[in-house]
Amino acid sequence: MKIELRAIIVSVVCVLSVLCGYARYGVITTSAQNPSKAIDYLSDVQPILAEACYDCHGPNGSSRQANLRFDTDDFLNEVVVPGNPNASSLLQRLISDDSIGRMPPLSSGRTLTHDQIDVVRRWINNGAEWGVASGIPSSLERLVDFEREIRPILSNNCFACHGPDEQGRQGGLRLDVKNGFHEERVGFGGAVIIPGDAENSLLFQRIATDTQSQRMPRGNDALSPNEIEAIRLWIDQGAEWKTHWAFVPPETPGLPEVIDKSWPRNPIDRFVLSRLEDHGIPPSEEADRTTLIRRVTLDLTGLPPTQGEIAAFLNDDSPSAYEDVVNRLLASSRYGERMAVEWLDAARYADTNGYQTDGERSMWRWRDWVIDAYNKNMPFDQFTIEQIAGDMLPSSTREQQIATAFNRNHSQNGEGGIVEEEFLVEYAVDRVQTTSTVWLGLTLGCARCHDHKFDPVSQKEFYEFFAHFNNIPERGKAFKYVNSPPLIAAPTADQENDLKILDAQLQEARESFVAMESLLLESQSEWENSINASNQIDWALTDKLIAHYPFDGNIAGAVQTDTQVHTVLEDGQPHFVEGILGSAITFDGHRFVNAGNHPDIGYDDEWSLTAWVHPKAKDGVIISRASSGDQGEVGWGLYLENGKLRLSLSTRILDDGVAAETVDDIQLNEWQHVVATYDGSKTPSGMKIYVNGTSIELTPLLDLVGNRLPKRYPLRIGASGSGKPRFQGYLDDVRIYGTVLSPIRAKIVSTRESISEISDIEPEERSRAQTEKLRLCFLDQYAPHQLQEIWRKIVSLEDDRKFLLESFPTVMVMKEMYPRRQTYRLERGSYDNPSEAVNPGVPAVLPPLDQNVAPNRLALARWLVDPEHPLTARVTVNRFWQMYFGVGLVKTAENFGTQGDFPSHPGLLDWLATTFIDSDWNVKAIQRAIVTSATYRQASHVTTQEFESDPENRRLSRGPRIRLQPQVIRDQALAISGLLVEKIGGPSVKPYQPEGLWADMVEGGYGDYVESDGDDLYRRSLYTFWKRTLGPPTMMTFDASTRETCIVRTDRTNTPLQALNLMNDTTYIEAARRLAENMMSNGGNTPEQRLAFGYQSSTARRPSPGAQTVLVSGFERHMEHYRSNRSAALELVSVGQSTRDETLDVAELASYTMMASLILNLDGTITKE
Amino acid sequence: MSPFERLLTRRRFLELSRSGIGAAALATLFGNDSLLAQPAGNTGSIMSGLPGLPHFAPKAKRIIYLFQSGAPSQHELWDYKPKLSDLRGTDLPASVRGEQRLTAMTASQTSFPLVPSIFQFAQHGESRAWVSELMPHTSHIVDDLCFIKSMHTEAINHDPGITFFQTGAQLAGRPSIGAWLSYGLGTMNSDLPTFVAMVSKGSAQVGQPLYNRLWGSGFLPTRYQGVKFLSTGDPVLYLSNPPGVDDQTRRGFLDDLKILNEQKEEEYGDPETSTRIAQYEMAYRMQSSVPELTDLSDEPDSIFELYGEDSRKSGTFARNCLLARRLAERDVRFIQLFHRGWDHHTRLPRSMQLQAKDVDQAQAALVTDLKQRGMLDETLVLWGGEFGRGPYSQGVLTDDNYGRDHHPRCFTIWMAGGGVRPGTTFGQTDDFSYNILENPVHIHDLHATMLHLLGIDHTKLTYRFQGRDFRLTDVHGSVVESILA
Repeated sequence: MKIELRAIIVSVVCVLSVLCGYARYGVITTSAQNPSKAIDYLSDVQPILAEACYDCHGPNGSSRQANLRFDTDDFLNEVVVPGNPNASSLLQRLISDDSIGRMPPLSSGRTLTHDQIDVVRRWINNGAEWGVASGIPSSLERLVDFEREIRPILSNNCFACHGPDEQGRQGGLRLDVKNGFHEERVGFGGAVIIPGDAENSLLFQRIATDTQSQRMPRGNDALSPNEIEAIRLWIDQGAEWKTHWAFVPPETPGLPEVIDKSWPRNPIDRFVLSRLEDHGIPPSEEADRTTLIRRVTLDLTGLPPTQGEIAAFLNDDSPSAYEDVVNRLLASSRYGERMAVEWLDAARYADTNGYQTDGERSMWRWRDWVIDAYNKNMPFDQFTIEQIAGDMLPSSTREQQIATAFNRNHSQNGEGGIVEEEFLVEYAVDRVQTTSTVWLGLTLGCARCHDHKFDPVSQKEFYEFFAHFNNIPERGKAFKYVNSPPLIAAPTADQENDLKILDAQLQEARESFVAMESLLLESQSEWENSINASNQIDWALTDKLIAHYPFDGNIAGAVQTDTQVHTVLEDGQPHFVEGILGSAITFDGHRFVNAGNHPDIGYDDEWSLTAWVHPKAKDGVIISRASSGDQGEVGWGLYLENGKLRLSLSTRILDDGVAAETVDDIQLNEWQHVVATYDGSKTPSGMKIYVNGTSIELTPLLDLVGNRLPKRYPLRIGASGSGKPRFQGYLDDVRIYGTVLSPIRAKIVSTRESISEISDIEPEERSRAQTEKLRLCFLDQYAPHQLQEIWRKIVSLEDDRKFLLESFPTVMVMKEMYPRRQTYRLERGSYDNPSEAVNPGVPAVLPPLDQNVAPNRLALARWLVDPEHPLTARVTVNRFWQMYFGVGLVKTAENFGTQGDFPSHPGLLDWLATTFIDSDWNVKAIQRAIVTSATYRQASHVTTQEFESDPENRRLSRGPRIRLQPQVIRDQALAISGLLVEKIGGPSVKPYQPEGLWADMVEGGYGDYVESDGDDLYRRSLYTFWKRTLGPPTMMTFDASTRETCIVRTDRTNTPLQALNLMNDTTYIEAARRLAENMMSNGGNTPEQRLAFGYQSSTARRPSPGAQTVLVSGFERHMEHYRSNRSAALELVSVGQSTRDETLDVAELASYTMMASLILNLDGTITKE
Repeated sequence: MSPFERLLTRRRFLELSRSGIGAAALATLFGNDSLLAQPAGNTGSIMSGLPGLPHFAPKAKRIIYLFQSGAPSQHELWDYKPKLSDLRGTDLPASVRGEQRLTAMTASQTSFPLVPSIFQFAQHGESRAWVSELMPHTSHIVDDLCFIKSMHTEAINHDPGITFFQTGAQLAGRPSIGAWLSYGLGTMNSDLPTFVAMVSKGSAQVGQPLYNRLWGSGFLPTRYQGVKFLSTGDPVLYLSNPPGVDDQTRRGFLDDLKILNEQKEEEYGDPETSTRIAQYEMAYRMQSSVPELTDLSDEPDSIFELYGEDSRKSGTFARNCLLARRLAERDVRFIQLFHRGWDHHTRLPRSMQLQAKDVDQAQAALVTDLKQRGMLDETLVLWGGEFGRGPYSQGVLTDDNYGRDHHPRCFTIWMAGGGVRPGTTFGQTDDFSYNILENPVHIHDLHATMLHLLGIDHTKLTYRFQGRDFRLTDVHGSVVESILA
């Protein structure tokens, strides 16, 4: 059957606008739909039921659900109340917003459009007349829209076997591209599609046939009659094919005409109103001003307006009063904090590593970068480029490098025994998934193991994209408790300032010192001359010395601090021989010195061990704080292993620790001086060993630090707690420094000549070490006062500087490796199954990378924000829209692919996207446009009927009414009560959390939750410490994402656990008490006034007379109770760390506290209206 | 809508429920967020499942899963390998190991000396099942058990391994088993969560950490996630009223709240508000139902004797077993215990004894207790860890000490009740308990079987996320028909 296209348009335009109300994307219309048009069962309703319901409630008896069938009139009695759609369970099920009750079930993948639901509603309303159906309905021909109707059918039913996945493709047929349809199918007797002739098109024949062996989709249920009919119509109407809308760059659409020209405030409203007028639905009136200021303040700052702000707005008669409020809010630094929360969810930001032990990391400098970027209104293209590839920008700044932490926020595994390569792949995959979800709205991750089943992304293309993120000098096994490389020190502005001051002071001191050079030379020479035989002196380096065992005839150790370490010689008596400096101690392979639990040095510290060593055997422990752990030597130590010197720190000898040993053997049976240094870097390259002052080559042995170093073993000289051979030979002058000795200092320590002996040598004959030793000794002990003073100042400033540098927070960042790590396509996505090599690239369905630059991460970043990119701007503005309205214009904010939802307002989406791009990606400007629109300013009241016909408000006929985000619920309570401590940024804090929550689940002995004190209990929730595997309970209860993966859309649920949380959590009880104190102190004199004050603080509105009555009677009831139960009252008002106003009567305060708690629990308080 | 209209609507619904589609269907009808608002949340109330589920008549009403975190060695407990005694100290033959990857903990070990169990095995019951001396109580109930000796997985590390078992995928992000059940089947009771997790520390004190995701809802709405009972303080987070607030005060508070929220609903017409009212009422019911559940004063001494002295102590595996029975009695559908401390890379003989002592009596008691109450037939009990352990010693092998590294290719779990054939052993491993000789059972197969016993076709319980229909068993899994009773 062929039908003239024009004729259809003319003849069915009325019906069409009911059935396909918003199919007219881009079409400008001037006529509103007549809502009272009669609905015909056969042509209007039955096709809908056939498509949506017959599968389970149709003629097929065996699969029929609930014994309910819709193909006979039986169902009329069961689920339809003629004339009353609201009472008809059929309609209830169709409109249910819930995944459980809704029909068709979510699992069926079917969704009725609002227009289809409307048809059913009107049909019931008109009396639900039923007509006898005969097979496929011979409905009035309607114009089928490929994008909205046909592609979803093909995507859901055909693409899995005839889609982009080359390996899974059956019969070589591809139905996701235009060419596939026009292919001549040799051997199948025709073309897949003959435009205009469905009957002779293979596609139609194969889906419509009754022959089981022929019918498609193979192995699945047949398409519904309605789907088959839609395909038929589409072919007959010319089989127009379009590229998936989201892959076509947006063009600025013309603004639709509207009838009511007074309503729109800006172009957004034209798109919204035009659709509403099509449906004959008026927009809601504007929300009242208190509601409006509360809504927009919560939306733009995540905090409620103050009473003063509300009053100012209510009293502002200027026509721009609302816009002024919006501008004030956008300029507030709270805005950046509020925006950051969404971004942290998307970026899976957390304070811990995620896998297994889930140890702490430090990424808050990046979090603060995000807040700052939003507050500065950084253009979104710059925001993108810096986070994806800030490290690769020419002369990139520290802030730009910090920005790249975005792609290091993923979970990292430090579990013992993991295969590193496996997790290197997982990290890069996570970056691909996150980047593609956030910027592209695509599920690229689906193409990891095979070509994408629905979107045109091949597996090879996945790995080309992956290659951008697979070139980082990182390791598969992360450190368990600290940041893992690559990382940078990321001082805060204050710290940078401190450093500048210190550096200036240091420079000044050094200049003063240089200025005293002649004094130094003269006085030192004078001093040298004064040294003579009767004045024998010696000196050794004492700066940072933390332990010293001279072994001069006794075994007592001296430490630089005043603590004396108790030392004993075990297994026999001490034996001494003549040593290098005084006597030396002898070891026989049994004896050793136990020097107690000191000093405290580990993986993260800088330290040096020095000793004179005279070994008599090739194996023996020189010094250690180690013993045998579960799997070998655990702890740190300096060992002689088969003649070589080995410095080792280990938690588990095979796979957790750091160690290196000398390439060459040490000399046996003679004295030599040994220095071993370690710089706290957790790699063997941070180790050095000097013999007789000369650095010698090392072989790295173990480079796999993950855990912490046990510190429970005592310092043993000559032994370890394990079965390792003990030392045989002599040791003298054993020292431990809490610093890395520089090469020259290592030489000085190994310089055995005393000061007197050096001074006897002619200056030009002295070695450099001897000269330096003399100089240091002089400055340290004998120099004139003014010289010593400046010298000590320099030393002390250098210490301060080092301390400051060590206190800098670090942040994990992105970095490139040269040469590149080669990326391979991985068979089945498995790390140990590499196939062909691939180069960095992007999927062919999207625009190409700039051909004039190297295809790398920076090119990718710039590509994302190319104005011609079809996705980035749309995906981004859609998320903004979702922030304000709860649902995006594209409901599946995370998926703009063929399986994603079609936009509710395609024109509006493209208008926002192109406007965003044209404004140079001005984030605040596009948000200002949204929140100043008439659409946003509508009241959120809804009638049952309206709610039923559009539960999610996709038509935007009302303002948003949404339960607040978890962070906002808590922040609001803190703000209302006056507890909120506003301070931007800094390390994460640990507010109240019930005891035992971590203790049950963390690895033995690690990481119990330690509550913060004081101000840190009351910071905004985006600063709350986020343990990824055990998220903050007050956040998790209200549906926060776990931050284990990238999340750009969360469900809002409504559970009793939320009620318990708000009623009983210390956070909210303390806030209630503080609010109560405010009510009593500032809210007036009568209970009425005070309760109204509290109510208004939380909801912005005065209580209605009805509410006022409830509040007052509730208060009186509590008063009666607490007056006679004063100890209970005292208990209640003592909850929380903040001090109570003791001038207030406890019974009264307790009563107001209960009322304040009630107010904090109100639906209206935790909901944005 | 005016109050009168709403009343009309409600009355109309009630009429419908009497005449038309029935109460159960009505409950389903309202789901979570509509007008008559059956309170949602798996934390109780009537939460309906998906229409059409169960797909067929279930064998089991509920599951109690005794998860042994850390991976207990099958060698010392269930999988008797006498030939290893002859081969003690010799190297694991390369032909047996094949291509199996090792964890980095033993990959660089220079030899792989085989080590037999230091504990003795004997046959028990009519089924003549081999059980080690470490499990004397469990030995007595072998005729109620179905051993699967051929479990296998791909994961070789704890985090991916345990995440795989609980969610069907090695990486975070998928819903846990119990969340799938809550989503599919809804809840059976009105004042307790339908999915409860409990944790106990093992005496060996080598506990691997646990994560919320193991009972999380992944991409399903969070109301389907499990509620973890805490071993200290409130069993359920924030359950108790704050100090100074008694039950009567709370009741008055809730009555006020209800009126104010009803006024709000009146004004705005948002059905979410009435759902919220119902959730507060549910919270109030939980404030009495949960303490009633955890108050064991009504249990006779004989019960404590059955479960062992540990059951008198909060936070023990034995106490949790007893609580599991009480939860089962109250129609909680999925009860999962996590007992920690089975990660025995070293000092395995010592640790195994401690751990076995933790669990043996209580787990046997649980099965026995369910049986004597006539509940075993409708309760599926499962026991097992995230993978097995290898036949060679990790670290030095001495006369009385050795360790075992992770082993994914085969390990033993057992089931009881709930439509599983009792007194059977399924699957067989080679002489090294290294490779499976027959009837391999993958995690996906186990999940498919668990769902099957609850009346669910695992291929049809799906949820669309990111454009794809996901299921617990991914694209794999088949029901192990042979073990069905």
